Amino acid sequence: MIAETGLAALWIAAAFALLQTLMGFAALGGEGRPLIRAVRPVAVVQALMTATAFAALLLVFWHTDLSVKLVADDSATTLPTIYRIAGAWGNHEGSMLLWVTILALAGAAVALFERRLPERTLAATIGTQGLIALGFFAFLLFSSNPFARLDVPAAEGNGFNPLLQDPGLAFHPPTLYVGYVGLSVAFSFAVGALLTRDIGATFAKAMRPWVLGAWIFLTVGITAGSYWAYYELGWGGWWFWDPTENASLMPWLAATALLHSVTVLATRDGLRAWTVMLAVVAFSMSMVGTFLVRSGILTSVHAFALDPKRGAFILVLLALYIGGALALFAARVATVAEGNRFDPVSREGALVVNNLLLSAILGVVLIGTLYPLGVEAMTGEKLSVGAPYFNTAAGPLALLLVAVMAAGPVMRWRRDELAVVGRRIMVPTAIAVLALVAALLFAPGLHVLLLLGLTLAAGTAAASVAPLWKRNLRRTPLFTWGMVVAHLGVAVSLAGMASESAFTRETLVAARPGETVHVGPYAVRFAAIDPAAGQNFTAVRATLIATRGNADPLTLQPEQRTFDNPPQQTSESAIATRLDGQLYTVVGEQVPGGRWQLRLWWKPFVTLIWAGGALIALGGLLSLLGRILPRRGVKVEQHGYTRAY
Amino acid sequence: MKTVRLLLWLPLIAFLIVLGLVSSGLIKPHSTTIQSQMIGRPLPAFTLPSGRAGEAPLTSTGFADDKPRLVNIFASWCVPCLAEAPELMVLKREGIRIEGIAIRDRTEDLAAFLQRNGDPYERIGRDDTGAVQIALGSSGVPESFVVDGKGIIRAQHIGEIRPEDMAGLIAAVQGAR
Repeated sequence: MIAETGLAALWIAAAFALLQTLMGFAALGGEGRPLIRAVRPVAVVQALMTATAFAALLLVFWHTDLSVKLVADDSATTLPTIYRIAGAWGNHEGSMLLWVTILALAGAAVALFERRLPERTLAATIGTQGLIALGFFAFLLFSSNPFARLDVPAAEGNGFNPLLQDPGLAFHPPTLYVGYVGLSVAFSFAVGALLTRDIGATFAKAMRPWVLGAWIFLTVGITAGSYWAYYELGWGGWWFWDPTENASLMPWLAATALLHSVTVLATRDGLRAWTVMLAVVAFSMSMVGTFLVRSGILTSVHAFALDPKRGAFILVLLALYIGGALALFAARVATVAEGNRFDPVSREGALVVNNLLLSAILGVVLIGTLYPLGVEAMTGEKLSVGAPYFNTAAGPLALLLVAVMAAGPVMRWRRDELAVVGRRIMVPTAIAVLALVAALLFAPGLHVLLLLGLTLAAGTAAASVAPLWKRNLRRTPLFTWGMVVAHLGVAVSLAGMASESAFTRETLVAARPGETVHVGPYAVRFAAIDPAAGQNFTAVRATLIATRGNADPLTLQPEQRTFDNPPQQTSESAIATRLDGQLYTVVGEQVPGGRWQLRLWWKPFVTLIWAGGALIALGGLLSLLGRILPRRGVKVEQHGYTRAY
Repeated sequence: MKTVRLLLWLPLIAFLIVLGLVSSGLIKPHSTTIQSQMIGRPLPAFTLPSGRAGEAPLTSTGFADDKPRLVNIFASWCVPCLAEAPELMVLKREGIRIEGIAIRDRTEDLAAFLQRNGDPYERIGRDDTGAVQIALGSSGVPESFVVDGKGIIRAQHIGEIRPEDMAGLIAAVQGAR
């Protein structure tokens, strides 16, 4: 019964989405006030029904109802409870249902809480949200029904991909999805505003908190996903330029650009067309990402739906939504009055450079991700684009972006003098030069990009707090704090990346128990190797005792796990975190002669990468709070360089 | 002003180009078969305890006896293995030698399974850890390998053997002398 209830709720939700679409767009024509008022509750009901369907899915997974095909395919009674539940979104149908649920909840949140947007634009926005949901409901109901039953219940489920059996799964996909799908609100705002031609500061101020909210979740999701891949895959890397990672990075880049351009629109009423364009692009990137991952068109560990029919379905939806929005943009935006102009040397100017660089990086990533597809379409050759391309092409752009980021926040709106800006960042520049000298002295022979990375990280960290200089900190608005913290986070993260790339030490040996191996500052004794067992796996566990100077020895126990349902081996790394870095250990196969492969890394300051990511998200949160909480008696000036953001 | 208006259509055009590219990639027939890396190589060395009480172990060295055969990876707990059981019996009647490797199974469960569905196997080895299965490059049950008289793997069949696969498999085994 639970599965049927879920399916019924899904159909009802789809009907409400249709109603929401019709009412939202009908409200555009002339006297639509009653319609505008009525469309809000419709969106809320649609969300409630979708949430009911998702709750039903969680229930059948929790009970491991093996008469439901999805459960039989992707779960098993032997799984620990957390993975029985999280398994609900560890598969194609379930993750699509989660996607649509978040979409519906985002739409309902707009319907409930949005007060600033002009009424007609709001109605069109809610209508657009309904239209997007409608397409994805159709996708679920016609080609990816999560509630399909088996004629004969299975005796036992097929189990669940062991790589996904990690607490990270419980949080990583939902967080990322909230970010992805949260951007749909910006998309719908843009479409709504294009339809009513009402694009200006009010529109930007209304849209900004929604973009911020989605962006925070994306940031957290990407940061957590990076750490998850780092410790779970056991390869010692934190970013692999895997298509699925790119699929989450591209919306983030677009949303970051949007976040900055929307500020120009809100504060100075400039960059109207560009901001609307970015709002469309950001969610389009989310949908493209969903398509790339879900269609299995780019093969990667993350893709669990190798089904061209489903791919074609999503492709049609993409063509309609993205194509439609871009066509609307092209047809309408020229009739929108031009916004305010500004001097190239100004806060706006710096933000435009920021936007151009972010867009360029986005282009680099997009091309790198789609290039294999293009080559295969034309020549039939299969290839993959790897880290060398992305690092070479995106690295210098990103460093340039960080440099602009150091100068941007201390520039005045409208017009500024380069010489004056230079004076304001004199101290950070000096710090950067010191860092450069120190790096040249103590670590000669570093690659120029790494050298620049370390230098910029030091300078930018200092520059990011410059906007607080000579200010009454208690009266500084929260969103200024947010910007400072987020920019500091970028510097911290960059420092971690540069340090990890520049100073990592790696040792790969075949060792016998009792032997000692050296890596970085550590002497690691291979103390023992023992069998171990978990609820649904067996493992061999190595015990490593790591000593460094006179400090207490660390005990690390990496494992090589063998799961039985489905059969698969995974490496469970063991990581010791110290203030100045991480010792990362993996045990591999047994080799002849009673030896085991041990792979050890010493990664100085690698944790800064994710600490920086967390700071960036925290900065976003502070900004968001600053935007939605009542002001603390601070009057925001429009033109002073210190006060207005 | 005119050129600016035209520029506004650029994003749409770029999107359509990407769309065309992606759909052509989607429409093209995908190769879903995986060519096993093991084909053309000798069987990995193994010695497995027998799945039938009181019989000699199944060893890879015994495969180089100039007789081609089918190595069937199965399990008593595997549902598709039930589906292919009748086809295996037909193969046996056709004179194909079939060796079984039972994955993570118990002798008594195996006996019950063979009692119910027929026993097409010359010998059965019990792979309790799945190590031989992994060494063979097999990712699940059931799978079947055509092994020639020198113990070289000639073909791999993934999934259950269906009636429409029979002719091809028989030819493959007979051709593997």
